[in-house]
Amino acid sequence: MKFKFLIPFVAFIGIAIVLGFGLTLNPRELPSALIDKPAPNFSLGLLSDPNTKFSPKDYQGKRWILNVWASWCAACRVEHPLLNQLARDTSIPLVGLNYKDKPTDARQWLHERGNPYVKVPMDIVGDAGIDWGVYGAPETFVINEQGLIIYKHIGPVSAQIIEQEILPLFANNSGNTQ
Amino acid sequence: MNFARVLVIFAGIFIFVTPNSIPSAYAVIETVNFVDKKTEQRYKNLIAELRCLVCQNQNIAESDADLAKDLRRKTAQMLNAGESDRHIRNYMRERYGNFILYKPPFEGVMVLLWLGPIGLLVALLIGIFTHIKRRQSEPSSQTLDVNEERQRNEIRNIMRDTPELDD
Repeated sequence: MKFKFLIPFVAFIGIAIVLGFGLTLNPRELPSALIDKPAPNFSLGLLSDPNTKFSPKDYQGKRWILNVWASWCAACRVEHPLLNQLARDTSIPLVGLNYKDKPTDARQWLHERGNPYVKVPMDIVGDAGIDWGVYGAPETFVINEQGLIIYKHIGPVSAQIIEQEILPLFANNSGNTQ
Repeated sequence: MNFARVLVIFAGIFIFVTPNSIPSAYAVIETVNFVDKKTEQRYKNLIAELRCLVCQNQNIAESDADLAKDLRRKTAQMLNAGESDRHIRNYMRERYGNFILYKPPFEGVMVLLWLGPIGLLVALLIGIFTHIKRRQSEPSSQTLDVNEERQRNEIRNIMRDTPELDD
């Protein structure tokens, strides 16, 4: 009991460490509720042809990426060159869900910056977005052959994230080599 | 020990932790049509307890954000389709996680969130009362021993002999 006087000091250090750790967390990075859950289905018209529908069910049996983007989204500009590169270097099916956008703006945007997407379904009202738990753009999902969401990234992807988190999910996968 | 003072302090704490019933300000209200008044009231309750995810300290009733608007529309749609409040809450939770609920469910890790403050208060109360009890049972320090008595007298003598200083 000689060091009893140290108890408040130790308690203070403990609390300071816990609160200090809390400060380093990003409150915008929410844990995804959809990991390991079936990808919600939708059926939306394509930007290139609104009469042709795309539905995640169409890609059952494939491992693919769904990237949520919009022409009004500033951060999407940052990741776009990386997506172009991903489309060039691999054959991973990259679907671009155009979220709450004007089709004319979206077309213009892809025309100017290049189109890395194999399909661009349009979610004009944002209902599919809600179904996928989207709360901002960009967001990037990886869906596996069984139609389960196995990965989600919120915010723009970086070269490092593609290299270290996304590409390993496609290792030994037909999507990468075909 | 001044028990009255301790009681007053705790009364103060309880007043602060009592959930306030200040009605939230509805900043944005689209006209949404419901089948009856009761459904409308359920809508108002639901959008007040769902948190906006982009403007994280507002509920979706208060928020002007686009996403909040979409979530309000979704809530209204589901209500009009006859879904229960429970179903709607679960729908939101499956997609956006517990984070979207201002009233997280009483289960799993969330129990810690509910019981943590009460546990802290109980621990604090126990601590304070054992402390008070111990101080009461300690021998009173009023009686001085012989040495201290002598020292006091010496000091008194010295102070009496010191001439008073005039400024």
